[in-house]
Order: sequence, then C-alpha cells, then structure tokens
Amino acid sequence: MANSSPSTGRFAQVALGLALVAALAAVPLVAPRAVTQDLFGILTLLVLAMNWNMLAGFAGLVSVGQQAFVGIGAYFMFAAVILWGMDPLVGVLIGGLAAMVFAVPMAFFAFRLHGAYFAIGTWVVADIARLLAGQWKALGGGTGTSLPKGTTKDMFGVQWVKDVLDVSSAAAADAVTYWLALVMAVAMLVASYVFLRSRMGLGLQAIRDNMQAARSVGVDPTRLKAAVFLLTAFGTGLCGALIFIQITRVTPDAAFSVLDWTAFVIFVVVIGGIGTLPGPIVGVIVFYILQRLLADYGTVYLIVLGLIGIAIMLFARRGLWGLFTDRTGIDPFPLRHRPPAAPKS
Amino acid sequence: MIWLDTLVQGILLGGLYALFAAGLSLVFGIMRLVNLAHGDLIVLGAYLILGVMHVTGLHPFVAVLIAAPVMFGLGWLLQTHVLNRVLGDDILPPLLVTFGLSVVIQNGLLESFSANSQKLTAGAIEAQSVQLGPISMGVMPLLTLASAVGVIFLLNQLFYRTALGRAFRATSDDATTAQLMGISPSRVFAMATGIALVVATVAAMYLGTRANFDPSIGPARLLYAFEAVIIGGLGSLWGTLAGGIVIGVAQALGAAVNPEWQILSGHIAFVLVLLLRPRGLFPRAND
Repeated sequence: MANSSPSTGRFAQVALGLALVAALAAVPLVAPRAVTQDLFGILTLLVLAMNWNMLAGFAGLVSVGQQAFVGIGAYFMFAAVILWGMDPLVGVLIGGLAAMVFAVPMAFFAFRLHGAYFAIGTWVVADIARLLAGQWKALGGGTGTSLPKGTTKDMFGVQWVKDVLDVSSAAAADAVTYWLALVMAVAMLVASYVFLRSRMGLGLQAIRDNMQAARSVGVDPTRLKAAVFLLTAFGTGLCGALIFIQITRVTPDAAFSVLDWTAFVIFVVVIGGIGTLPGPIVGVIVFYILQRLLADYGTVYLIVLGLIGIAIMLFARRGLWGLFTDRTGIDPFPLRHRPPAAPKS
Repeated sequence: MIWLDTLVQGILLGGLYALFAAGLSLVFGIMRLVNLAHGDLIVLGAYLILGVMHVTGLHPFVAVLIAAPVMFGLGWLLQTHVLNRVLGDDILPPLLVTFGLSVVIQNGLLESFSANSQKLTAGAIEAQSVQLGPISMGVMPLLTLASAVGVIFLLNQLFYRTALGRAFRATSDDATTAQLMGISPSRVFAMATGIALVVATVAAMYLGTRANFDPSIGPARLLYAFEAVIIGGLGSLWGTLAGGIVIGVAQALGAAVNPEWQILSGHIAFVLVLLLRPRGLFPRAND
C-alpha cells in the first residue's frame, strides 16, 4: 500500500468492487435457484444491517424497534397488491414510503427519550405497530394473509427475464427480487459512504464523538439525527417489503419479529464492527457461515451468536473489522479526513 | 360495578408487573444499566424453581427459598465478570451484552427444556378467592400485590437505612467520589445485581404459579417491566410500583373493551405518560 499512490489504489479498489458486483449479478444466470435464494437472504440482511449501523453506529440512535419498519413495509406492500391491485414492485416503494411516514410520529415520541429510554421506547412503538397490524382485518388480522397465487409471475420484468433466460417464471421472479436486493445493497453501501464523507456525515460523526463541541461549531444534532432516522426507516421499509415478496405470506408476528429483523441485525453489525462501513459485510458473512455450520443443531447457532456478540463487546468493541484495521493498518473505506497540512514557517 | 371490578383486577395485575420491574429498577437506578436479559432471567428463575420442586418435591413457596441464593450468586458472578467490564458513558456495550445474554438464555432454555409450557403447581391456593363486597379477588393475585409492596418496602429500607443502601445511593450519585470514600463500585454493583436477581426469583415464582410459561416469554415481560420502571421515574422504587399499576390497570381496561386490546392499551398508556412527563412520574435521580 505504501508504494502505490492513493489514486491507483483507489482505482484498483473500485475495479475490484465492480468485478465483485458483476459476479454477484451473474449468480441467477449460472447458479441453481437455491443459491440465488440464499444470497437473497444474505443481501437483504446486509441492507438491514447497514441501515441499523447507520443509526446506532454513526448517529448514536440505538433502536430496538427496526422491526416496525420491516413490518410496515411488508404490510403496505401486501395492501398495495391485494387491496389496491398494484404491481408488487410499486408496492415495495409504497412500503418504504409508509415506513418513512410512520417514522415521523415515532421520531417525535422517541427523540424525547435518550440512551436506554430511546431503545425501550422504539421497541414499545414497534410492538404497538405489530398489534395494530393485527387489527387490519382486510389483511387477515392476527392470522395474516398470503399474496394471491401468480402475483410474482405477473410482476414487472419477470416475463421479460423469463423469455430472455428461458427459465420458469418462479426462477425469473427469484432473479428479479435478487437483483433488486443486490441493487439495494450496493446503493446503500455507496450512499452511506458518500453521506459519511459529506459535510453532514462529518457533522454526524462529530456529534457522536463530542456533542458539545459539535454544537459549538454549528452542527444541529436533532436535525441530522432525524434525517438519518427517516432515511433508514425508508431503507428498512423497502427491504422489508422486498423480503416479504419472497416469503409471500405475512403475519403480524413474522413481519414484526424482534428476533429476525432486529436481534440478528444487531449481532451482525456488532460482530462485524459497529461504526465501520465494512462491518455489516463482515458480520453477514460470519452470520451466514455460523448458520450453515450449525444448521443441524437447532437453535445452537443463536447461542453461539449471542456468545460471540458478548465476547466482541468485552474484548474488541469495534468488531472483527476494527480488529483487522487496527492490526494491519489497511482501511479501504477511510472515513477520516486528513488534517490540512501544517503551514510552513 | 363491572368497571370497579376491572379496576381492582388491573391493580392486582399491576402488582405482578411491579415485581417484574423492581429488580430492574434497582439496577437501573444504581448503575444506569439497562438489563435487556431481565425478562429471560425471570424465566430462568422459574425453571430453577421448577427444578428444585422436581428434585425435592417442595411447594413453590419453599422452593423459592432454595432458588433465590443460587440466583443471587449468578447475579454476583454476572456483574463481576461480565457487566462491570462494559459499564461506562457509552450505553451501547451494556445494552448489546445483555441483549446477547437474553438470546443465549432464551435458546439455552429452549434446548434444555423444549418449547413446552410449564407451570409451578401450588395446590389448592391457586383457585381460592376472597369476597370483598361485590368484588371477588383471587388469593394468588392478592399475595402477588402484597409481595410487590413488601419487596419494595424492604428494598427502600435497605436503600435508606443501611450502610449498603448508603453505598448504593452514593455510587449512584457519583461513583468517583464514592470510590474516594472507600466504596468499591464494582462490589456495590455486584451486590445490587445479586439482590435484583433475588427479587426476580420471587417474581418468577408468581409468574410460574399464576400462568404457564415457556422459554420464549421473557422479552414481553421485560417490556412490561421496563414500561413500569420508566413510567415510575428513574431511581424511585415506589414509582415503579405506581408504574406497574398504571400498566396493569391500562391493560385490564383495554381487555374489558376488547380482549385483543389488552397489551396495546398498556403500551399506549406508556407512550401517553412519556409524552406528558418524559422523565416519568416520580423521578429521583438525574439521568
């Protein structure tokens, strides 16, 4: 690293990143459907994790209520398809917007609370959303409902993919949702990087490191945090809606599950490295390997996951990625700004 | 008259929630530690009592006396070896460690005892009730409320009348100065968590004798308990009792209108109280 100039290093990284994305995009063309579905699960978990990392790791908002946005995204996508007769992909967008709209009153309530109160407050609001979803009788109330048969077959783009690739419509639908998940993950990564390198991102990190000092130089903490809260609600809602196109069935308990949509996500971020950009990526890979290795032992992987999470918090607070950068000094996603050169005297 | 009955049942239910919350309130008040594993520790306590009953054949009211010291030891060890290491200005590490603990306990219980519901059988007392004018009250709910009041009274005595209580208050107000006065915060914290788990064991006994339990019910209990603590105000134990009763009454009223609204009404009461009084009803300490 020391020998190459920053620009060639940068170029090599971008090229490597593009190659990786291209390889991932080609998966539905070459791999069996099971692989595509597995990767879809990983990519959506990654999107959820990047959103939570943005909230907790950068904005200091430790939310335990992200399942509210996943559930609302899912429910409004179902409403768009079943009640309003729209395309599921339009439904995904509506799901994301609905989650963001819900985040506004939620923010007015939760932003009055700090630290631990904020965590519990968001959890309670998410539980309220779950209970309200159970009262939505048009979508099955407490027992939930399924997408009508053939919905994904008629989804935008599926027929085209089916014709071009010459596959079954189920496989084509898998491919379309998978590509959307990939687009979301890449967009989220790029957007996070650009945002954190921007003035706003710098302000955010300044608030996290020292609230008083940040305010004194003109950073408005509430405005910035509210912006991050709303944007991550949108991202989480979009992702939730997309996940439930693949699941095709929604119930209040599944859509608003604190374990699936918040606990896993928190572990992924903590293990990978909270407050670092590549942390969620590392965490998702570790999570997936654990789940695979321990697949035959029931919930043992959850116990192992919990223990690793505890160990990380005790011994390496910045997670596996933090350990890696500390040991090697390599950081492909530097968020630090170099101080201006000292004036020559 | 039915409303009066609902109100009384709600207050009695509030006693149970106050018991869930008392240990949490103690720990939260002294060291600002948000123990997300508290609900699962209560469930663990219930399984421990079940185990003691199974081995010795004792009544739950007696078995709890054997389980409580074990839970005290567990709390002491947990605080000394794990939680003390993550306390600090940053609230994230303790939050995440106790979250991890919650998942570990929940799934550990699931692996060992399966998802089947269990119950602690207390015999004839479960079905007994007393008639007070037009209102009939179960003996078990009455005992629960009485225990909640008793536990909170004892904790307050401990807090305001003993040397240990003075150490608790001093450490809560200013840990650094307390240390200069010869108090070891880490030992004080270990005592506090130990005591909190003893209270959790008492709560576990009532949880298990009054209804079925299984490994997955911890987080919901945690949520009710936290609502009670926050409504009551940080550091106020009588406030926690009041908070428990607010949640209990709200749930009972909601359930009387529509059984599906029970939990929802409790949550909405919590949100309303916090909107009006963000620091709870009777805050003692400054956060």
